Amino acid sequence: MSKRILIVDDEPNIVISLEFLMKKEGFEVAVAGDGEEALAQVAGFNPDLVLLDVMMPKKSGFEVCEALRADPSRAGLQIVMLTAKGRDTEVAKGLAIGADAYVTKPFSTKELLARVKELLGIA
Amino acid sequence: MKRGSPTRQRLAALALLGIPLLTFPVLGLPQGELAGMPATVLYLFGVWGGLIVLAASIAERRKK
Amino acid sequence: MMLSGWFIALLSTAYVGLLFAVARFGDARADAGRSIITANVYALSLAVYCTSWTFFGSVGRATSGGLSFLTIYLGPTLMLLCVGVIIKMIRIAKAQRITSIADFIASRYGKSQLLAGLVTIIAVIGIVPYIALQLKAVAASLDVLFDQPGHTIRLWGIDSTLLVAGVLALFTILFGTRHLDATERHEGMVAAVALESVVKLVAFIAVGVFVTYGMYGGFADLFQRASVHPELAGLLKLDGARAGTWAAMILLSALAIVFLPRQFQVMVVENVDESHLKRAVWLFPLYLLLINIFVLPVALGGLLHFGGQGVNPDTFVLTLPLSQGAESLALLVFIGGLSAATGMVIVETIALSTMICNDLAMPALLRSPWLQRQKQGDLSGLLIGIRRVAIVLILLLGYIYFKAAGEAYALVGIGLISFAAVAQFAPALFGGMYWKQGTRAGALAGLLAGFGVWLYTLLLPSFAKSGWIGNGFVEHGLFGVEWLRAQALFGLSGLDEISHCLWWSMLANIGAYIAVSLLTEPDALEAGQAERFVDVFRHAQQAPDTRLWRGNASQTELATLLERFLGPVRARQQLGSYARSRRVSDWRSLPADAEFVHFAETELAGAIGSASARAMVSSVTREEDLGLEEVLDILDEATQVRAHSRELEAKQQALEAATAELREANERLRELDRMKDDFISTVTHELRTPLTSIRALSEMLYDDPKVELDQRRRFLGIIVSETERLTRLINQILDMAKLESGRAEWTTGEVRVGEVVREASEALGALYREKGVRLNLDIAEGLPAVLADRDRLMQVVVNLLSNAVKFVAPLTGTVAVVVARAENMLRVSVADNGPGLTAEECGVIFEKFRQGGNTMTDKPQGTGLGLPISRQIVEYFGGKLWVESTPGNGATFIFTVPLTQAAPDA
Repeated sequence: MSKRILIVDDEPNIVISLEFLMKKEGFEVAVAGDGEEALAQVAGFNPDLVLLDVMMPKKSGFEVCEALRADPSRAGLQIVMLTAKGRDTEVAKGLAIGADAYVTKPFSTKELLARVKELLGIA
Repeated sequence: MKRGSPTRQRLAALALLGIPLLTFPVLGLPQGELAGMPATVLYLFGVWGGLIVLAASIAERRKK
Repeated sequence: MMLSGWFIALLSTAYVGLLFAVARFGDARADAGRSIITANVYALSLAVYCTSWTFFGSVGRATSGGLSFLTIYLGPTLMLLCVGVIIKMIRIAKAQRITSIADFIASRYGKSQLLAGLVTIIAVIGIVPYIALQLKAVAASLDVLFDQPGHTIRLWGIDSTLLVAGVLALFTILFGTRHLDATERHEGMVAAVALESVVKLVAFIAVGVFVTYGMYGGFADLFQRASVHPELAGLLKLDGARAGTWAAMILLSALAIVFLPRQFQVMVVENVDESHLKRAVWLFPLYLLLINIFVLPVALGGLLHFGGQGVNPDTFVLTLPLSQGAESLALLVFIGGLSAATGMVIVETIALSTMICNDLAMPALLRSPWLQRQKQGDLSGLLIGIRRVAIVLILLLGYIYFKAAGEAYALVGIGLISFAAVAQFAPALFGGMYWKQGTRAGALAGLLAGFGVWLYTLLLPSFAKSGWIGNGFVEHGLFGVEWLRAQALFGLSGLDEISHCLWWSMLANIGAYIAVSLLTEPDALEAGQAERFVDVFRHAQQAPDTRLWRGNASQTELATLLERFLGPVRARQQLGSYARSRRVSDWRSLPADAEFVHFAETELAGAIGSASARAMVSSVTREEDLGLEEVLDILDEATQVRAHSRELEAKQQALEAATAELREANERLRELDRMKDDFISTVTHELRTPLTSIRALSEMLYDDPKVELDQRRRFLGIIVSETERLTRLINQILDMAKLESGRAEWTTGEVRVGEVVREASEALGALYREKGVRLNLDIAEGLPAVLADRDRLMQVVVNLLSNAVKFVAPLTGTVAVVVARAENMLRVSVADNGPGLTAEECGVIFEKFRQGGNTMTDKPQGTGLGLPISRQIVEYFGGKLWVESTPGNGATFIFTVPLTQAAPDA
């Protein structure tokens, strides 16, 4: 059974590229354009991993991450934060609230894939 | 430096005003009579009373 | 004569008894801690200044000197206005437990017993005749009442004057020496004096009204009648030739109101609250004015009525009512006169007895072998005894003087002679309050010189005029030396005797005081006291400077000393409250340090005067002698420390202000820094976002050549548009930076806005047509040109038009541009029928990188810098850019550009 990945970003072009990248690797992919939609998708789509943008309208990535981590039934969910703000404080903040990885934009597709596979336990 | 109390300074100024008013040569100015009274007597008591009224208004002024 | 002697005696006794009752009440209230001394009582008590010399004598003086009697009351009026001087005196007296004027002067000059004694002697010599005058006045008024000239009234074979003196002595003892108070305050006495002041004022005004309105037809009538008589008319005029005398009298009485021992007593020693002076400063002069209003009318009335009958003008206040048969009024006047005399005698005698006891008797006693042997034992009883004896002695002296002088000149002129005597205290006292360099030797020299001149030019000539001594020194000068003539010293003539004396005595006094002070050095104690007196306002705020005393003492010995002089009860009381003030329960647990010694000495000073207290304290302590150098060092240090601390305080305030300013500036910088940080962070975000898509897509295309062609085209399209976005972004950021830093280049010229709008709409025509949006232009005709940069203005219009087209729906969208004139501005509005903006959005869209939400497509719509840049440009031209919108009803962006005055429409 293939792993499910939820892509959350408000930039359509980034969503397009990530969607293409993940689908090509055989993951089942769903997308969300903002934080609220992301939470709804998590409930319906039940992903194994979330690629989560930080700067989004309505609910920021941090808020989404916190909400997910507060839900015990989602304990095994992997969260990878994506951000265009590369400041150390942001990285620390993201990890502190329970993200499993933090990737700054623009990212290398290979590295991101390696990271995702590592988190999902795919060698 | 410490500033003197304004009330004390005003009263002292009143004394300085009173000295020339109550001594010669100013004292020699009132002459003749006014309403049947010697002008000198009226002047002396007038200035004296004036000083007292002014002193009272300065000294008894309520502090804001 | 219908007034019976017994009745008058009874009435007088009843009156003095009333005063006594008031005094007891006042004392009782004071003991209970509920003082009855109010500001009004204090002000009225100062009227002890008006003695029987005023009550009877003013009229007498007016009959010979006209208006000049007023000077005696104008001087005090002016002196009272110098409240600052009086408050300083009170402050010093309280800090040093001063009990008399002799104590004040002695304390200032190193607690000198010699100086205290000298001041006391001058005061006694100067004042005893004045007391005699009071006795004479009472005797004379009795004479008039009984119509028996020659003082021959006797009760049980005793001369009535002696009887009066005896009664007054008894009352004075009862009033003033009931107990030995640490501050020598007699609140009961002050209250009684205030009452008698009211009584004498009422009595005098009563007789004044009686004469002026009862016997004559008012002021004008009296003055008119008087002006008919040439000798009376002269009294109503001021003689300009006596200008010097007039001024001298004012000066003399101004000094007397402070330096007469009784005045010093009521004004300084008896003051319970400095704020009472605020009332006294006008109420007391008002009292003086009231008591003087009828003096001249009574004098004129008497002269007119008794013209040529040889009636003594000093008795007019009594003889005029009696001549009309107004016996009850005469009785009231008698009581008023008695009141004036009684008040004066009581206060003056108490003040003098304190001085005699503390400054003459005590020093002698302290040296006597008898006291040396009596190491133990309560001496407070002895002190009271000495005072009582002194009171009797003073009144006896007054009586003897009265008997000796009788009607002689020496008594008549004595009021002013006494004034001149106490005026000699002025240089040493005022100098001591304001001049630190004044020394004991200087004060002694000044006092002796002034007193000597007074004796020679005023007192002895008055004796000579009375025929007690030869008048050769007056007529021909001492030893026949012409320029030593007593009342024309060094040939100074043309002055009256009082002015003559005042002039020479002050010259000698001040001259000697200053000269000797400058030539001598103070000792350590003097230097310390000088500091404490002159800088009393500064010292009051801190603990007494105890560094000026060093040595060994035992508290039990000091306590014993206090018990001996204050009495055991009072001593224990004072020790107890002192211990409490130092926060211990028992004084025995206090160290016998400098502070304790200072406390003991101050307490003792209240009882026996500062000079004797100093002597007593040093007899039981082993003091190290601080040299003058050391004391001056300490004082200098203290002054420097104070100066430093003031400087420090000022510096600290300046520092605090600077710190606050810095903090504020820092806050602003921090805010700016934060804003810059945010800006950079936002810019980074904005740059990284398109880069992310570009990198990811190009990487994927590079890595996987097998991507389908459609997909490949799509991705390449995205890459191109994101690159364009990136380019636009970078250009706008640079543009914004240039605008903000003011480095933007402007080519300003006359621009026709209508043309610009038309051109912009043509440029964007394709975009509008593509989306099916209608663009309506409404450009008013004949608009004037504006002064602006054409390209920049174009940038603004293009920005607004391209924004508008983004936010309207395809096909149904409409954008309307209106260019019109609004007063002296050109107004361009771009209205769309898009979703509109909320009030909050209307504000934020002009902030950098804050784009309006809800764009109609999913594509990123812009950089978020277009509007902020447009606003910067419009504001540069002096116009404004804003938006008006309600959600759902579209938005209208409006900007204005000022019209150029210089370039009207061609």
